[in-house]
Amino acid sequence: MKKRWYDYLWIASLLYLLLGFFNILFAWLGLLCFFIPLIISVAAGTKSYCNRYCGRGQLFGLIGGRFGLSRKKDVPRWMKSSWFRYGFLIFFFAMFFLMLWNTYLVFAGARELGQAVTLLWTFKLPWNWAYHGTLFHPGVAQFAFGFYGVMLTSTVLGLITMVLFKPRSWCVYCPMGTMTQLICKAKNPKIEK
Amino acid sequence: MAKIRRKAFVDRKHCVACGCCVKVCPMNAIEIVRGVIALISAEKCVGCGKCAKECPASVIEIREVEA
Repeated sequence: MKKRWYDYLWIASLLYLLLGFFNILFAWLGLLCFFIPLIISVAAGTKSYCNRYCGRGQLFGLIGGRFGLSRKKDVPRWMKSSWFRYGFLIFFFAMFFLMLWNTYLVFAGARELGQAVTLLWTFKLPWNWAYHGTLFHPGVAQFAFGFYGVMLTSTVLGLITMVLFKPRSWCVYCPMGTMTQLICKAKNPKIEK
Repeated sequence: MAKIRRKAFVDRKHCVACGCCVKVCPMNAIEIVRGVIALISAEKCVGCGKCAKECPASVIEIREVEA
């Protein structure tokens, strides 16, 4: 099949992860992966983002598929159940808002900037080598550290399920995918599940 | 006498509409309907099973049907 420009978006996803090792402020770019799928689902009522443009999905497909770093086994039943998908969505967003709250505390001057990236909501990795000051408020940098943690955590989870199950197993419980599908369902109630 | 053909079927309840199946289908027989589910055209489907193998949620099944 003929390759289109959007078949190369995995390069952007890879670049994003790498840039975060050099200057944490690049983490802000990750907001694109939040807003574009939402805007597409709300405005057009489709999951075109997942279907075509998701660079992360392509990256997992490449590493797990082409490079063969995947057992290619079925995901367990519970992982595709509604309660797990919606539960993970709620948990992910709760953690996201906790991160926003911590950012707010720095903006409000109630807390110092923490130059660390939190992995899997638990492990604080020192990340000061990717911070070279900011022209803006330290809160801007705090959001970058926090958001990069969100992106890195989801990538690590995706890589683990890629190895254990199918290359794009992340797509089964990806919070953005679950949310855009919910929006699409709400917008197109006639389509029976 | 009816012919037996192999066709792909989607477990609609568990489909995440990611579109991985669409990309691998050699017959262009699959579409994602409004971001909700994958729909396989029974006419175009030749039952090759590529989509079933690709599906991250493993919700596509190849069944033998009379056609």
